[in-house]
Amino acid sequence: MKAIEALRTATDSILSNRVRAFLTVLGIIIGVTAVILLISIGEGTRQFIKNEFTGLGSNILIVVPGKTAKEGGTHLGTSAVRKLVYDDALLIKKRSRHIQYAIPVIAGTSLIKYGGRSRNTYVIGVTEDYFSARNLSIDTGRFINASEVDSKRHVCVLGRTVKNELLGDANPLGALLTIGDSKCRVIGIMAHKGVTLGFDIDDLVFIPTTAAKEIFDTDSLFNITIKVRGESELEAAKKDIKEILIRRHAGQEDFTVLSQDEMIAVMDRILKIMTGVLAGIAAISLIVGGIGIMNIMLVSVRERTREIGLRKAVGAKNRDILRQFLIEAVMLSAAGGLIGVVIGIAVTWLIPVFMDFLPVKLSVWSIFLAFFFSAGVGIFFGVYPARKAASLEPIHALRYE
Amino acid sequence: MIHLENIRKDYVIGGASLEVLKGIDLDVQKGDFLAVMGPSGSGKSTLLNIIGCLDRQTAGTYHFEGIDVSIKTDDELAEIRNTKIGFVFQMFNLLPRFSAFKNIELPLSYSNIPYEERKERVMEVLSRVGISQRASHKPNELSGGEQQRVAIARALLMNPSVILADEPTGNLDSRSGGEIMDIFKGLNNEGVTIILVTHETAIAQTAKKIMFMKDGVFLNESH
Repeated sequence: MKAIEALRTATDSILSNRVRAFLTVLGIIIGVTAVILLISIGEGTRQFIKNEFTGLGSNILIVVPGKTAKEGGTHLGTSAVRKLVYDDALLIKKRSRHIQYAIPVIAGTSLIKYGGRSRNTYVIGVTEDYFSARNLSIDTGRFINASEVDSKRHVCVLGRTVKNELLGDANPLGALLTIGDSKCRVIGIMAHKGVTLGFDIDDLVFIPTTAAKEIFDTDSLFNITIKVRGESELEAAKKDIKEILIRRHAGQEDFTVLSQDEMIAVMDRILKIMTGVLAGIAAISLIVGGIGIMNIMLVSVRERTREIGLRKAVGAKNRDILRQFLIEAVMLSAAGGLIGVVIGIAVTWLIPVFMDFLPVKLSVWSIFLAFFFSAGVGIFFGVYPARKAASLEPIHALRYE
Repeated sequence: MIHLENIRKDYVIGGASLEVLKGIDLDVQKGDFLAVMGPSGSGKSTLLNIIGCLDRQTAGTYHFEGIDVSIKTDDELAEIRNTKIGFVFQMFNLLPRFSAFKNIELPLSYSNIPYEERKERVMEVLSRVGISQRASHKPNELSGGEQQRVAIARALLMNPSVILADEPTGNLDSRSGGEIMDIFKGLNNEGVTIILVTHETAIAQTAKKIMFMKDGVFLNESH
């Protein structure tokens, strides 16, 4: 039997029972749509978070105290490890030609008061370089400058939320806040940036690192934020940092250098797993759809037992019958796959229109994956009914009532 | 052309062995028109199935056109059925969703005959059984007699060596049945070999030769 003829026979048989065919295929349609949709959402989220990370400033390295596993992220120094100090940052900047900025960062929380109002929030001690290293932008006034860092001047730049909470609509510039026990003069307000990865830029207060040392009465840094001159120099810069710090720390590598790319990679891997899990859940519905196809094919084999007997009587070989039913099963699932792909793409396009908070990104691979998986499901679940059809004895099949 | 020697057929049903054919000898020559008569359960349909290569004998030898079919594979038997044997069944066995034309065309799906030739061949056999004008009708739009003519046309399509008919008039009124038998007679006059199974004497008398079966053996022969 020629392939075209087999296709025609399968089409005839499917079209002769349209409602049943459609209901059978519905499971596959839903499965394929779900696979495409969930992968799109997963990919969209991944892209979104990647962009958020990149928005923090590219070519950033962060040195944190303590030796952590590479993927461990930052953790605050414990007493067992040597602290990172202000001079470490200066030395790194001075010794490595690959490094554009090395910013000693001190972080703490403190009660900030103005007039009758107060707010407990993060206070971050940085240098003037932090502004360009992290792609920040200012709304009113200016950022901390070099001379203020050098002279340990008590000045501060407020995030939008802090400013609104404490100062309301009053002109913020020149206002005198109380941070801990010290007074600080407001010199600028950060532009609104919103929450990035749970880190609310709007709810921060920036002060010079030198001032933070005094206010928090500490030498140890939260981290050293490093901006490398170019992407190609990241590795070299890392190597420099390690050499410089190991020498200063008496041969001990009791610190960790994290790169933004590594952090992105870790996050990316987590999100890829998440996407995979979503796709896997959707794939289960495809398998359920496949079982539906198998079920209906078994019914079809039974209903058409006499037809099978007749076809064999007029010369159909076992493989002709096998092929006929297998093609029918695959056509059903492929048709479902195709419709599912169309609906999946359509819904993916419609999501940004109706739910703009949900990031989606249609990925071509998900379309292929879903389609070929559905076709594969058709083959897998079509084999059993088709074999059953092919193995029917012609004399019994012909007499089947 | 068809040569059966001591053909036996046992069925095993629920552990018990049932002897359906108990040593059948048969010779059919080209151009013969043989009617096999017998009550139901005599084994005549089983014999026809074995001759038609739809079933295999338990013992004995069967040569079809000089070929020992017992050593043939299932696929080879399918090919013999396709090219050398035409079946006509009591229940017509037409596919309800296909037109008469497509029903007749069915054996061609499993042959190597090129598409261009197919239409011509179908139209030819349709006219041989006298229902050319019904080609596009589906079985449920045809009378019983017309349906059986479609089935005969399908059996003729591949120019088989023999046509095997199992109670071809069993589901027809006597007038349609007579017409069907006239067709068989006409075909036999054109040289088509026919083996017919029936339990109706009137039908069997159309044949050139009648053989009687009972309990899996031939009783006698009459001409």
